[in-house]
Amino acid sequence: MTLSMSRAFLLAVTLVLTLAAAFAAHAAGQPLVVYTARKYQLVDQLFQEYGRERGIEVKFVTDDGAPLIARLAAEGRNSPADLLITVDAGDLWRATEAGLLQPVKSPMLEAAIPAHLRDPQGHWFGLAVRARTIAYSTARVKPAELSTYAALGDPRWKGRLCLRSGKHAYNQSLVAMMIGDIGEEAAERVVRSWIANLAAEPFSSDTLMLKAVAAGQCDVAITNSYYLGRLQAEDPAFPVQIFWADQGGRGTHVNVSGGGVTKHAKNRAEAIRFLEWLASPEIQQRFAAVNYEFPANAGVPPLPTVAAWGSFEPNLVNVGTIGRTQPAAVKLMDRAGWR
Amino acid sequence: MIAIRHPGPALAALAVALPMIAVLVAVIQGATGADPELWAHLREHVLARVAWNTVVLVVGVVAVALALGTALAWLTAACEFPGRGFFSWALLLPMAMPAYVLAFVAVATLDYAGAVPMTLRAWLGDALWLPPIRSTGGVILVLALAGYPYVYLMARGAFLTHGARALEAAQSLGLGPWRGLFRVAIPLARPWLAAGAALVAMETLADFGAVSVFNYDTFTTAIYKAWFGLFSIETALGLALLLMLLVAAALAVERMARGRARYAAADSGARAGARLALPGARGWIACAVASAVFAVGFLVPLVVIARWAWHVAPLDFDARYASYVLRTLTLAGMAAAACLALALVLGYATRVSQGRVTRAAARIATLGYAVPGAVLAVGVVGALGAIDALWRTVAGGEGLWLQGTVLALLLGYVARFLAVAHGPVQGGFERIRPSLEEAARGLGLTAREVVARLHLPLLGAGMGTALLLVFVDVMKEMPITLMTRPFGWDTLAVRVFEMTAEGEWERAALPALVIVLAGLLPVALLTWRMERAARAA
Repeated sequence: MTLSMSRAFLLAVTLVLTLAAAFAAHAAGQPLVVYTARKYQLVDQLFQEYGRERGIEVKFVTDDGAPLIARLAAEGRNSPADLLITVDAGDLWRATEAGLLQPVKSPMLEAAIPAHLRDPQGHWFGLAVRARTIAYSTARVKPAELSTYAALGDPRWKGRLCLRSGKHAYNQSLVAMMIGDIGEEAAERVVRSWIANLAAEPFSSDTLMLKAVAAGQCDVAITNSYYLGRLQAEDPAFPVQIFWADQGGRGTHVNVSGGGVTKHAKNRAEAIRFLEWLASPEIQQRFAAVNYEFPANAGVPPLPTVAAWGSFEPNLVNVGTIGRTQPAAVKLMDRAGWR
Repeated sequence: MIAIRHPGPALAALAVALPMIAVLVAVIQGATGADPELWAHLREHVLARVAWNTVVLVVGVVAVALALGTALAWLTAACEFPGRGFFSWALLLPMAMPAYVLAFVAVATLDYAGAVPMTLRAWLGDALWLPPIRSTGGVILVLALAGYPYVYLMARGAFLTHGARALEAAQSLGLGPWRGLFRVAIPLARPWLAAGAALVAMETLADFGAVSVFNYDTFTTAIYKAWFGLFSIETALGLALLLMLLVAAALAVERMARGRARYAAADSGARAGARLALPGARGWIACAVASAVFAVGFLVPLVVIARWAWHVAPLDFDARYASYVLRTLTLAGMAAAACLALALVLGYATRVSQGRVTRAAARIATLGYAVPGAVLAVGVVGALGAIDALWRTVAGGEGLWLQGTVLALLLGYVARFLAVAHGPVQGGFERIRPSLEEAARGLGLTAREVVARLHLPLLGAGMGTALLLVFVDVMKEMPITLMTRPFGWDTLAVRVFEMTAEGEWERAALPALVIVLAGLLPVALLTWRMERAARAA
């Protein structure tokens, strides 16, 4: 009896102490709240580090971009979120259109992030760049055979091309960019010529697709470069390489993972400071490196293994315009039968 | 039947349906904003194809799951063969394996670049042709393996209680054991087979994870595409509403086909009776079939993800996993208890009142299971927003009240999974003979005493099944958890999502493995209880 009572007492004391400790940790300053589509393992360390540096708590939830935007919209002015981070410029554009982000004026961010990777009004800023380009089998393809995205529709690639599902944002944004560059009709002809060249049904992930290239199911594919970065990190002899598409033309398609301050941010000043911190050179290097991406800050070099793919000219169209054209791209892909 | 004329049951049923009604209102409200131009595009280029794909998928999955579930349930409940004791519970285990995990394991190992075809080609030459796993047949097989345990569980319950009796009846009519199965036992078990099949069908309709891995386009993927790609959440909600109407219509047709037949057990004190011994080769064939299903649906995928998990564990496994497990089990337990309680209220209400309102409420309350989780999540979030706004007007003040709390999450789970608890509980109610109630009332028991001393004891197995199904489903659930969870309430499924979001499926093996292992606990508990009950009977 006494034993169990003393146990209960001990338990109660522990509980109270834990709670008190938790409160003490929270009391330091108003927490910064982030809704992020960039996943836990890519952001957690940096978020905690910033929190320690500033003596505040950085709270975050992860989800896909679209649900996070819907959650923000439903919470309205009572949302606890200060910052929205996505992995697709289309999502940032959409959040801006829905009036969920607010314009931010920051000379630091404007100097650090190139103009085509941020919103002209400052609703959002790109933080890491992902390039979607051509991957080829080093065993069966010579780089000299490759040139542009459109050339992958050439009959010489019949039965040799692999694509990821047309349902994925990265392909939709690529087609959206093509619509902006060459017009809807020409873009649809290109997409149809790709579909005619497919070696296999479209894949559900870039990684599976790149493995199919390595295994010999197909010879060329369109991929985000960082997927190959991961596979090469696991196996340096992975027999697939990157070719930068459309060099000398409009440039390789890029998209961003980026963030913007929410319309009803409770901790606006801290959110802006956090964005500036993320855009600073040292953090930029690490922000991009964890995922083999390119830093958005033009003065910061990527990882050596990423730099080894060679430098490339990006397509300089503002990544935000992709969002506007994306629905048209999806419809085009439906018509062309890109599953 | 105890006839009650006062409005109590109807009101109770309506109350149970409230979460889903709130969600439906939010969905309908959103759908009114659907873009007519997008609808025209979808009608012309998308709908016909995804509708056909969806029908093929649902029919295929239900057919395979019914065949597997019924056959295996019959074997383990009414026959004797080597390994029967083991298989009677082991065949439930695939239930703990999320369909998206099974799908990824299948594609990663059996697609062109997977380990199995690579090895076979290395032995037999590059020209070797293998059936493509990323095909309609492949996705049907995977979803059927993930879904058959629903049928198995329901059918086994039915066969255990009146399988032996059915056989005796069949024998007295001069039918052999196999004809007895098809002519007597299966027709007698029909409501439970139908309930299991309905759960499988709804799960298939709502599946996004597995079909995405196969890149197989269904109604659900079209809904996602309208939302994520066409940026039109309104059109997505419109599509979801259309899907719900189709489901409601299909369920109504099933009910009509079943007609007014009643399926009260012939003898509620039924004994398990003697099992039919399968001698010699026939026994071993049964053992081989059960082994094959167990291996393909559970053991092999488990070994594959365990191997992947082994590689990532040093990078990822730390104290956080204790909190993931704890939160997952807490949420699953709370949701299972809530769904069971509400399913009992609903089952009782529909038993004592045949009113139109009661029946309509029951149908609405259980619609959520057929809706893709993410769409339901949007409805849940919308409904929560509306409730919070209402709260602020009534009580004054600022900020969020319900949104971002565990209660909000539970409301979402109830809207989505009530059907899963309702199926077995309803099945249990249908098995209680009305004459028993009449006798009890005749002996002077009050309505409350009838519930406590007659219904609840007789519903035991159904209640256990309901708890298990909801528990395991909530453990695997992603979209509602992701969208409505409070800060810090990350679960194992959230962890799987975070790992897979960038296509790193192998890295998601660790949380997936923990889901499977944690899911074994309730499965083991339930099967142990079922066996004990069957032995005691």
